Amino acid sequence: MGLGKYSRLLGGMALAAVAIGLVGGKAIAATELTVYTAVEAEDLKKYAERFNEDHPDININWVRDSTGIVTAKLLAEKNNPQADVIWGLAATSLLLFKGEGMLEPYAAKGVDKLDPKFRDKADPPSWVGMDAWVASICYNTVEAEKAKLPLPTSWADLLNPVYKGQIIMPNPASSGTGFLDVSSWLQLFGEDEGWKFMDGLHENIARYTHSGSKPCKLAAAGEIPIGISFAFRAAKSKAEGAPLEIVIPKEGIGWDMEATAIVKGTKNMDAAKTLVDWSISKKANEMYNEGYAVVAMPGIAKPVEHFPPNVAEKMIDNDFEWAASNRERILAEWQKRYDSKSEAK
Amino acid sequence: MASNAQAIATPAHTVRPQLSRDDRIMRGFILLVGVWMVVTVLLPLYFMLSKSLEDRGGDFVGLVNYAAYFSTPALFYSIGNSLTIAAVSTVFTISLAFVYAYALTRSCMIGKGTFRVIALVPLLAPSLLPAISFVYLFGNQGIIKGLLGGNTIYGPIGIVMGEVFYTFPHALMIMVVALATADGRLYEAAVSLRAGPVRTFFTVTLPGIKYGLISAVFVVFTLVITDFGIPKVIGGQYNVLATDIYKQVIGQQNFQMGAVVSVVLLIPAVAAFIADRIIQGRQTAALTSSSVAYEPKPRRSYDLAMTGYCALIGFMILGIVGMAAYASFVQFWPYNLTLVLKNYNFDVMDGGGWASFYNSLRMAAYTAVFGTAIIFTGAYMVEKARGFGAVRGGIQFLCILPMAVPGMVLGLAYIFFFNHPDNPLNFIYGTMAILVIVTITHFYTVSHLTAITALKQMDREFESVSSSLKVPFYKTFVRVTVPVCMPAILDVSIYLFVNAMTTVSAVIFLYSPDTALASVAALNMDDAGDIAPAAAMCMMIFYAAATVRILHVLATRGLARRTQAWRTR
Repeated sequence: MGLGKYSRLLGGMALAAVAIGLVGGKAIAATELTVYTAVEAEDLKKYAERFNEDHPDININWVRDSTGIVTAKLLAEKNNPQADVIWGLAATSLLLFKGEGMLEPYAAKGVDKLDPKFRDKADPPSWVGMDAWVASICYNTVEAEKAKLPLPTSWADLLNPVYKGQIIMPNPASSGTGFLDVSSWLQLFGEDEGWKFMDGLHENIARYTHSGSKPCKLAAAGEIPIGISFAFRAAKSKAEGAPLEIVIPKEGIGWDMEATAIVKGTKNMDAAKTLVDWSISKKANEMYNEGYAVVAMPGIAKPVEHFPPNVAEKMIDNDFEWAASNRERILAEWQKRYDSKSEAK
Repeated sequence: MASNAQAIATPAHTVRPQLSRDDRIMRGFILLVGVWMVVTVLLPLYFMLSKSLEDRGGDFVGLVNYAAYFSTPALFYSIGNSLTIAAVSTVFTISLAFVYAYALTRSCMIGKGTFRVIALVPLLAPSLLPAISFVYLFGNQGIIKGLLGGNTIYGPIGIVMGEVFYTFPHALMIMVVALATADGRLYEAAVSLRAGPVRTFFTVTLPGIKYGLISAVFVVFTLVITDFGIPKVIGGQYNVLATDIYKQVIGQQNFQMGAVVSVVLLIPAVAAFIADRIIQGRQTAALTSSSVAYEPKPRRSYDLAMTGYCALIGFMILGIVGMAAYASFVQFWPYNLTLVLKNYNFDVMDGGGWASFYNSLRMAAYTAVFGTAIIFTGAYMVEKARGFGAVRGGIQFLCILPMAVPGMVLGLAYIFFFNHPDNPLNFIYGTMAILVIVTITHFYTVSHLTAITALKQMDREFESVSSSLKVPFYKTFVRVTVPVCMPAILDVSIYLFVNAMTTVSAVIFLYSPDTALASVAALNMDDAGDIAPAAAMCMMIFYAAATVRILHVLATRGLARRTQAWRTR
């Protein structure tokens, strides 16, 4: 008997709990924002937490993948967009979306405080920048010494036959880092010389990876002596204790910026605007500066631990419009030349 | 089989031309099963075939995509690569598994039970696990990379080694069954005819296991050529068909080319499947009532050698799993070997965090419950209904077909079919339901055949008697058939659960941010360069599958005492 009473009591409590949940849930109904991003996974929680300190009523649902994948996903969903906001994707990709009419132009609060390089030129801008993300070479000192590999100081150094099979770089079709490398070489050396450089580099490449962070993580773990990756990743791995030297090649380095935009057709326009406003605030820029040495708001950046000091001056004068409008052609050519390492050479 | 059923059904028709209520209900169920199979197997495959003949805009262009495929060397070289890998892996797996199976059945070595269990361990791990483990064993920082003699593990060598690990238990199970049923009289005759051991092997043993051996060859070949996890992790720049589909679809969102590669991959898989069916059709009973079971006799040095061999293979299997388990605790390979738990902190990494692991558990549980119910009921209707031969034959074919469809191909076909804007079912796209359905379909055939085998052991008299007593068939089904077949039902559910935990290929295209799965998370973490966390996630899958396996063994024991008492006399 006692048991029956007890279970009835439990049932009543459960019902009450459900009722409270329903009412209570309604009272503090948070807006759910679907945000597509290519920001490193380990930072996503921090980004959302900092944002929620100021806006607890907006809940971010992250969809994260490599730059190329997120870009392809957004293009594929063009007619039926699933994302509300893009926060932390290559500007080259956002330019592409702008051309496809997929972005909602919006003059975020405080956009005039940003370095003009870090915003869409149109008014109101279709996207706003966050930070620069620069190429660099991760060089594992322990493994290089074992294999007697000299420290490369330039891109041209990497063509030295001594590095044969000792270099890994990302596949530009799937990785944003891979694409900024390829596009910067074509801009630095010119189209013909650029492809000639890559032909030579291909001879020394052990394999191409899907993501841009993997080459540096592999170099950090000694799986390969040299990984072509980006400085942020390199500094992080070095901070974790990896025996890495971060090389900024002297010809100059490719870079892209991470940027933010509202996806046209979002059903949560107010929340989307709130997020974009916050994404260019001083607080946000200081947060970006915890990992990135160059951020959108001038005067904020402090030196980042393990980050090479000369990064800003070595960044090439990147023509994003050119890179975005030629992206498809460059990738097709790249795939034709290098996509199968197993092909007879 | 269908014609057989009809032969039995015909006299019933002459006596009782009217369809009984039972027959009508059963036919209703059969039609339901038929619709289910058409929707989950036939239509998706049809949509994929037609997609391969369309351009990006969706207009019919004939064979243009195929022409493009065969004029791109980077793509069609993969055909040769895939066939080479499959052939080489098959030779290695079959040879190694044959000796192991021989030792288990034809020797008096010690520890047979233990060795049998160890050999089945690879079934509990996703195929990514051996590949990740090989990175730590044979990679550039591998602890025993010297064994490769300067060759790189990233490429064909790594793929073949991984595939042998992954397919070993599949080949072993088939060959143990084949070797276990031998007629001892043949061996006595061979001895009295003074045939040497070699001659006996080739004239008695091999012909005796011919069908098992052929079946094992086809199973291994198909598993290897359709596998995706191992070449993805350790294939380096050595492209195979399965990774090409992934690159086309995920890397470049080129669905048409993905469909073309899928059709190309479907051809060898279907060919192997058809060849196997034809050959198995010729099989006649090897054991007759006058056979005498073969009993191995103790021979000291031979038994010792066999024990040594099995110990070596068993050590390698456990070593591979153990390496991944160890690496998942290492702080920073290879420079800081402190053991820590940080690689299990999945929430700060790519892939979906711990939620993906719980999603996998849920998905596997749903697959086991719903899959078993659907498959067993379907098998019952196909096996026990009277008449309706053509429909039942067609359904039977559709039940066997999924075996020949690679997981990646099935997944891609599901995108085309279920994500079609005009499909009334497209609301399940991106949900847990589609993951469960694709997984059930992917593993349908083996489950179906297991259920059919169990049902065939039950005399049709049960149905006849109950219908003459005016007991509706569904009462007989619930009160007699299900309890009697309980061991087979549990086998099917556990098979579905374990495979749902470990599969990557069928679900890789179909998960959404809310339904990320553990096996996919492991793949994505490896992609991002977080290899130790990927190893950790593989181990979580392994522990979950192993736990369920052990529970199953315990449950089966308890259950056997209650429902199977009638088997003991």
